[in-house]
This record gives sequence, structure tokens and C-alpha cells, in this order.
Amino acid sequence: MSILVIQLLNALLYAAILFLIAGGLSLIYGVMRIVNLAHGSLYAVGAYVMAWLVGGLAARLPAPALLAVLPLAAAAVAAVGALIEPAFLRPLYRRAEEYQLLMTFGLLLLLEDLMRFVWGPTPLSATALWASFRPVTVLGAPYPTYNLLVILVGLVAAALLWAFVYRTRFGVLLRATSQDMRMAAALGIDVRRIYLQAFVLGCFMAGLAGAVIVPIQGAVLGMGVEALILAFVAVVIGGLGSLEGALVGAVIVGLVRTAAIQYVPELELAILYLIAAVVLITRPSGLFGTREARRA
Amino acid sequence: MNRGAASTEAIPRPAPARTLGRAGYVAALAALLIALPFIPQVPPFQRILLSYGLIAGITALAFNLLLGYTGLLSFGHSAFFGTAAYTTAFLVRYLHLTSMEAYLAAGFLSSLVVAVVFGVVCVRYTRIFFSILALALSQVLWGLAIKLFWITGGTDGIRVPSPTLLFGLIGGGDDKLTFLATTYYYYVLAIFALCVGALWLVVHSPFGKALQAIRDNEVRAEFVGVPVRTYRLVAFVLSGAFTGIAGALWAPLNGHVTPDVLYWPFSGRIVFMTVLGGFKSFVGPLIGAVVFNHLEAYAVGYATYWQAVLGVVLVLLVLLMPTGLVGAGARLAARLRRS
Repeated sequence: MSILVIQLLNALLYAAILFLIAGGLSLIYGVMRIVNLAHGSLYAVGAYVMAWLVGGLAARLPAPALLAVLPLAAAAVAAVGALIEPAFLRPLYRRAEEYQLLMTFGLLLLLEDLMRFVWGPTPLSATALWASFRPVTVLGAPYPTYNLLVILVGLVAAALLWAFVYRTRFGVLLRATSQDMRMAAALGIDVRRIYLQAFVLGCFMAGLAGAVIVPIQGAVLGMGVEALILAFVAVVIGGLGSLEGALVGAVIVGLVRTAAIQYVPELELAILYLIAAVVLITRPSGLFGTREARRA
Repeated sequence: MNRGAASTEAIPRPAPARTLGRAGYVAALAALLIALPFIPQVPPFQRILLSYGLIAGITALAFNLLLGYTGLLSFGHSAFFGTAAYTTAFLVRYLHLTSMEAYLAAGFLSSLVVAVVFGVVCVRYTRIFFSILALALSQVLWGLAIKLFWITGGTDGIRVPSPTLLFGLIGGGDDKLTFLATTYYYYVLAIFALCVGALWLVVHSPFGKALQAIRDNEVRAEFVGVPVRTYRLVAFVLSGAFTGIAGALWAPLNGHVTPDVLYWPFSGRIVFMTVLGGFKSFVGPLIGAVVFNHLEAYAVGYATYWQAVLGVVLVLLVLLMPTGLVGAGARLAARLRRS
């Protein structure tokens, strides 16, 4: 029983992280029609910034206060995004989409080495934050409090994002732009600004995901590339460009992965990609995607 | 490429019948490549490096049958390269076969089978969905290679010793370096020439022209009676199978096969080489592959941050030189002629 509870919580933890990454990826695709291959690397940047900040501040601040660093790390990644969009992506909107894939692949290579340059090849950790919380008992199973906190962050982020997209004026503009960019522009929406804001928001989510995961597993080179592909799987299952889809996809990937690690560890990786492939074959627009997204 | 892009960024046509002619260039290049082992100034290491480049060249040419000629960007081509490389490794590990011809045949066939399976699924889509689906499917193989370690050796991989060539006529005696730098170099060169010839024939055949018609305008191609999906599938399978030949050649040269050849950044490298050379000409990917191979070999040797160097190159290529080295070269030549 307690094993099951722990596994379930682990799956949710994993889903929360993945939703933050996949949600950003999907948001950017939905609005800008760009599959950002550098997205996973931005998540890794968030992780490194967090580990670096916590490492510097751990001695001076009480551990729970370090939680305040989380949004700082995410904001740093958002700032990187605010540089990337105008400099590297804006010149390409009128070109064939292959060029956008290539550009983001180039950015991926660049970011991966930039992290190696700035933070060195050895992994960084921020366990001080994780260890400062005592484990709690959930339905008879002991579980780390920090991990529960991450699940909570995932839930809150999903709720805020939903409110943001469906209950604010900015959300209306965002959705209008994503449905028909030209019509939106003709109606006087500043598409350029919307693109920048969407990209920065997506980067913020990726950075937040990286920041919250660090106290649990540390920051390692290559974590971005791995995360990107899993986020792809989540997004593909849910439907590219759909936030609900990203959420459902993340939960499915979280559950399947946790179950696979427990019961068929050999197939853990293959099974996820297989699910993504099967979804693409049977329902190319994903479980929540619209036909619109597919044709774009 | 999608509509529009092809026409706006067309390469200026070279003036007809310049000093040497195309056949002359090919003959001169062939003579140089054949003479290479007899030139004492070129150390054996260079020939091994060039062998890697030629193998990468086959891969890039095969890949470009899809990207440049059919307009499909596959981000999963490592699947075919890796399948053939692993097939070769399995023949060594489980059947103790040493014949290179067996490796090539098995590599070709296995990658062909994988390409048929992937192709049937992938060619129903174009653009981004095609790219992602190819990527997802290739990652299934990577996941299996890395996790089924009692079969594949996991991340340790499988060792592939030097094979016997020409049905056992050649092989064994030499030390490994001499074998790879001379005998195997010629072998790679011969297979390379065959593959380039075959792919050249494919793209210049009516079938190749039909592919370009599909690339430029799918609807019109359908109207003039091109069976679009079937042709896409055939292009996909041909591309995968030729990539498999490269994978089979690569395994003994590298001496070791690991899951890295199935991981998606490896596909990214194939894309990179092709774009570097320029995917709007036949030889572009070939030049891109050889240049990339040397660039990488030296960048890894001299700079810790070679990946960043490649990243910068790719970003600049996309922003400033979308037709690659060949396109830029052609433009430069045109400018020189005018002045």
C-alpha cells in the first residue's frame, strides 16, 4: 500500500515538472508555430542558476527562505528568452519552418556548451533546500515534504496558466494570435509583442521547472536534451499547442514512466516513445489538439 | 522545402561549359582520392579521417533525398544509421561473421525494413509532424538499445573488429592502422563511389523529378498524376537504406557501436552537415559532411567548447547563408565573374 502511494506521488512529481516544461513548449508552438528544440536547454539553465544561487546563499539564509530564490531563477531564464526571441527567431518568421528547427537546434548546441563554460562539467546540487524540510507521512507512507511542494507548484502553475489564458485580456489576445496571426494583426493586435511575451512566458515556465527540480536531483549537463524529448512525448500525446493537452500528456508520461520503472525497467524509455508514436499515428493532432494545429 | 522558399533562395546557375566541365572535376577528384595513400605527406590518420567523412557523405546524400528533393525534414535518421551499425555488431557478436559484404548486405536490409515500417507511418504527414514522428520512432530504437543491455551491451556497446573484405579474399594480416588507412580506405572509397552514382541516378531520373515536383507543390504534383504518398514512401525507404550502408561501413571503422548512434542529437548532426553544405544542390550535403567531419575532428582536438562552435556556425548559417557552403560559393563565383 505505502509503496503504491509513494509511486503515485512520484508519478505526480514527475508530471508536475514535465507539465511546466511541456506547457511552455506547447504555448510557444501554439502561438508562434515554432518547435523550440532549445527548450530543454532553457530548463537546464534554470536548474543551473538555481543550484548556483542556492550554493551561494545557503550559508547566509535560513533554508525555507531559499524558496524565494525559485522565481528568481525562473526570471533569469525568462530574461534569456527575451534576448533569444528578437535576435534569433524574429528574422525567421517569414521563412520555411525547417529554418526555425535548425536555428533552435543551433541554439541548443550553443546553450549546452555555455552551461559547461559557466558552471563547469561537474554536476551542481542544492540539497540544502531539500533537506531542510522534514518528511511527512502521507496515507501511512513517509514522503519528502519538498517533493510535495513541487507537486503543489505544478498544480498552482497549471491553475494560474489556465486563468491567465482564459480569464485575462492578455489571454484573449494570445488565443486570437494563435488562431489566426494575420487576422489578429489586421485587427490591431501587436503580434510582435504577443510573440515576445509568449516566448518569455514559455521560458519562464521552463526555468521554473529547472529550478524546482534541482534540490531533488541536482543540475547535470545533458539534462536538457533528455527533458526536451520527454516533453515532446507529453506534448505529442496531448496535442501540440494545447495547454490542457500538455497537462494530460505530462500526467500520462509521469504515470507510465513510474509504472514502467517499477515493472518493466528494460522498456521504460522505449514504451514512452512508442506511446507517442501510436498517438501520432491514430490521432495526429493529439488527444486535445485541434485540426488547426495539425495543418499549421 | 516548402513553397516559396525554394524560389526566393535559388542558387545562381553556373555558366555552361566553363574551363573544365563536370566530368573533368569528378575525374580529377577521383584521381586525387585514389592517389592519396601514395602521397607520403598525407599521414594515415588523415585517410582514416577522410573515410569517416566519406561515410558521413553517403549519409548526408541519402538524407538529402528527403530534405532537399522531397521536402521532408527527418529528425530521426539516426535510426537507419544505427540499425545497420547494430546489425553489423550483432553479426560479430552472435554469429561471429567477419565478412564485410555480409555486414553491408545485412545493414542495407535491416535499415530497409526499419525504413519501410517507419516510412509507412511517417509519410502520412509532412512538415513538423513528420519531423517529430520520425524523431519519436527513432527514439524507440535508442531506448531499446540502451535498456536491453544483455543483447546490446547497453551504454558499453559492442566491439567490432576489422572485417575480411571481398568475401574473405583480403583481411587478417595487416596491423589495424594500416588496414584501416589503406585497404579499408579503398573499400570505403569504392562503396562511396557506388552510392554517389546510384543516388545521382535516382535524383536525375523521372522519379527524382517527381519528388522535386512534390516538394515544390504537392497539390499540383497530385494533379499531374504523381502518386504523392507512394513516391514519398519510396524516397523515405531509399534514403533509409542508403543511410544503412553508411552505418554498416562505419561500424568496423569506428571499431565500436554504442547507443549514441541512435540518439537524436546524432540525427541532428546529419541535418547539420546537410545544411552546412547546402541542401539545394546534389553535392552540397557531401561537401558539408566532409567539411563538418574535419571541423569537428579539429574542434574537438583544440577547443573544449566545440559544440558551441558548431552552434554558432549553424545559427549564422541559418541567419546569413541559408543555401550553405555551395550556395555561398556559387554566389561568390558569380560575383567574381561579373567584376
